[in-house]
Amino acid sequence: MFTRPLVIAWKELLQLRRDRMTLAMMAVLPIVQLLLFGYAINTDVRHIPTVVYDQDRSAASRDLARSLSATGFYDMLGDVRSYLEIEEALRSGRARAALVVPADYASNLAAGRSSRLQLIVDGSDPQTVGSAINTASGLVMARSSELMLRKLAGSSAGESAAFQPIELEPSTWYNPELRTAVFVVPGLIGVILTMTMVMLTAMAIARERERGTLEQLIVSPVRRIELVLGKILPYTIIGYVQMSLILLAGRVVFDVPLVGSLQLLYVLAFVFIAANLALGLFFSTLAKTQQQAMQMSFFFLLPNILLSGFMFPFESMPRPAQWLAQGLPLTHFLRIVRGITLKGAGFADISQELVWLAAIFAALVLLTSLRFNKKLV
Amino acid sequence: MSENPPIIETHALSRRFGSILAVQGVSLSVSRGEIFGVLGPNGAGKSTTIRMLCGILDPSGGSGKVVGFDIATQAERIKERIGYMTQRFSLYEDLSVVENLTFYAGIYGVPRSRRRARVDEVLEKSGLTQRRKQISGTLSGGWKQRVALASATIHEPPLLFLDEPTAGVDPVSRREFWEQIHRLASEGTTVLLTTHYMDEAERCHRLAFIFRGQLLDVGTPEEIVQRRALRALELETDRPREAADVLRRQPEVDEVSHYGHLLRLTTKGDLDPEAFARGVLARHELSVASASASRVTVEDAFVSMVREGEAASAAVAA
Repeated sequence: MFTRPLVIAWKELLQLRRDRMTLAMMAVLPIVQLLLFGYAINTDVRHIPTVVYDQDRSAASRDLARSLSATGFYDMLGDVRSYLEIEEALRSGRARAALVVPADYASNLAAGRSSRLQLIVDGSDPQTVGSAINTASGLVMARSSELMLRKLAGSSAGESAAFQPIELEPSTWYNPELRTAVFVVPGLIGVILTMTMVMLTAMAIARERERGTLEQLIVSPVRRIELVLGKILPYTIIGYVQMSLILLAGRVVFDVPLVGSLQLLYVLAFVFIAANLALGLFFSTLAKTQQQAMQMSFFFLLPNILLSGFMFPFESMPRPAQWLAQGLPLTHFLRIVRGITLKGAGFADISQELVWLAAIFAALVLLTSLRFNKKLV
Repeated sequence: MSENPPIIETHALSRRFGSILAVQGVSLSVSRGEIFGVLGPNGAGKSTTIRMLCGILDPSGGSGKVVGFDIATQAERIKERIGYMTQRFSLYEDLSVVENLTFYAGIYGVPRSRRRARVDEVLEKSGLTQRRKQISGTLSGGWKQRVALASATIHEPPLLFLDEPTAGVDPVSRREFWEQIHRLASEGTTVLLTTHYMDEAERCHRLAFIFRGQLLDVGTPEEIVQRRALRALELETDRPREAADVLRRQPEVDEVSHYGHLLRLTTKGDLDPEAFARGVLARHELSVASASASRVTVEDAFVSMVREGEAASAAVAA
């Protein structure tokens, strides 16, 4: 019973050892992806290039621009003289935001009247818009209350400390500095495993079909389950090697924390790896050539990256997209891996995701066995 | 040998692919130790028949027993007891010779303790010992074929299926391959093979002739040749093309073909081919430089049967 799967696994590893290109890809790919995603994907918006159209040209208005710049969210590129110049700066992409200070800003403040500032933002990148407006309005609000306080203090000297406006103090848990890398790297384990596991297994069977060796196996007494086990075993090992590589590199390069239990992560990862391998086998029953298997794997990868919650928050997706995403193994593994590494989640916290993964795995195994017939058609 | 039940026995075996009947009503019986050749043009149903006998393709009708097991219901039992080699010598090209053999030994359940010895033995018998470490993909066609045959026989199966085993192999390698086949047969292995090479057909103990999915004739090469009742003649003329055209128009002529400067003529029925040819050509003012009787080959019988089959189905269609 166990001889044949081992013989097949041994053969797969021998073939893999001779296939230097694939071997290199499997080791290098996770590291390259890690560096790419870790450094390049940055959802915190900082250093928005900004121009100022200061119609007031007073000490107060210059002070306002300086304090905006001091937040680090805005890089002041300099003054412009007209709305036309603002438009030009935004259209050319030189600036992403423009602050317009009205001519009566200082006099209004002095007279105790409210003043309207205008912030023009380049809406072609919605993520910038949100950040820019939030930061600016926060800043302006803080400034208003400060000015108000100063006024009150002026009327009754020495009592400024007594007066406190309502304050909201936000507190972020688990990733207090809100570093994107901390969020991205654990997710990357899931993405890379999805990519390599599905592709490798899909191609492993398609290759045998293409070269005619599958017919040789079909005519041998190898049973379906023995063939499937023999194919899955070596790639499971590779999956674990990749996972360890990413965890290690994430720790060394990006200082990604590991709060929870490593053992739990490794045990649960098995279900995820198995589900992906089963999916790869399913693809291989559909593909006639290695090229088709490769294409299928790539088509499958895209919705995984977009819908699983790897890049965009799951909760903000429309309902139908969420339903679809529930069927992807990656969606559930992301919650598991982020839960364990970042929040120290225990088994009970993520058992629901495990149930999902197991269900997907079972469904895929069923589908594959139905498709994969040992008779030639 | 006659005491033993046949190792392959089929009754009215059929296979349908959609609306096409690839094999229809094939009844065969192959005895132990025989080298049994299956002949037929491309697409005649040879490979389909072999695949049904191996248990990797279900028959649509009829029944069959191979090595004592039913091909429809006991396919897995059959698979343990047969060797199978396809026309493409499906080896793992990125594995060495010895790795390929060790792999198949494991797959066919040769016990771990005996695997090494068995692999060495097969390497020795196939003359592959020197090349054991070579990567299979770098071997030439003849050597690949040897490795493929060695793989197919690694578990010492009593029955060996070879589907066009010598396609694309040079004549010297083919000759050596046939020596191996006869060695295996003398050791008691039954070999069933398909081929397009007529010289190979004559090396078989018995032949089956399949055309458009139907079994047209079964017998020893001599029997098959005799049943066609053909006679053959080699002619030398100064205008071979005109001579061939004239001869082909005669109803007594089965086939005329060119062999270098010679014309080879086969005739049907009980007539003296030399007198007949000389008479016909003289009437058309064509001279005959020399003529000599020739042996009727399996190829002559084969071509004759295909021609007859095609004419018959053309008549049905019309």
